[in-house]
Amino acid sequence: MSGATTNPARRPFFRRRKTDPFTGPQAPKIDYKDVRLLQRFISERGKIVPSRITAVSVKNQRALAKAIKRARFLALLPYVIS
Amino acid sequence: MPFYEHVYVARQDATPQAVEALTEEIKATLEANGGTLTSQESWGLRTLTYRIKKNRKGHYVLLNIDAPAKAVQEVERLQKINEDILRFMTVKVDAFEEGPSAMMKSRDRDDRRREFGDRDGGGFGGGFGGGDRPRREDRPRREDRAEGAAS
Repeated sequence: MSGATTNPARRPFFRRRKTDPFTGPQAPKIDYKDVRLLQRFISERGKIVPSRITAVSVKNQRALAKAIKRARFLALLPYVIS
Repeated sequence: MPFYEHVYVARQDATPQAVEALTEEIKATLEANGGTLTSQESWGLRTLTYRIKKNRKGHYVLLNIDAPAKAVQEVERLQKINEDILRFMTVKVDAFEEGPSAMMKSRDRDDRRREFGDRDGGGFGGGFGGGDRPRREDRPRREDRAEGAAS
């Protein structure tokens, strides 16, 4: 039996629920000019990191994607890192 | 009148004075069309993350514009013609940001950087071994499953 996987208290890969980095009192504002902030949400290759990794909420992820795309257009962020 | 944030990138060979002159030109165009240039901010010569028209660097200028759409269209039309301008983007905003923009603030924010990510602390995409697709951590790894079946 797979008792280890069904018992939630003993799950070896239990992960703490991460919270959206853009909610809360000290949350940064999503802005295409804030390159340093946006950089944390792109992969090494320059792709936008999926929200299931970063725990950004759906609404904020849409805003984030838009901000990253604007920053890319202005050559503040790369389209690809090769 | 609506508010616009307008960013443009000028050619790297242009002198700072020439960029200043470009801004003045935009200001004159706006005022001729019944708008105002609320504030301006120069980000200086920045390295472009990719080459645009063989340029590796560009002068960035941010303008906060309060003008009718017609005036902005005219500015954009002139910028398309001007060869010194590599890129421009106008974004309509509900209100202007107070104080310096994130770009100018980014320098002093360096030291009080918050911890992000889960384990390695740093940015995302750190430990994915070159590939883009991160590991699916929400399901058991193979050796864990084998162990669970054995017990």
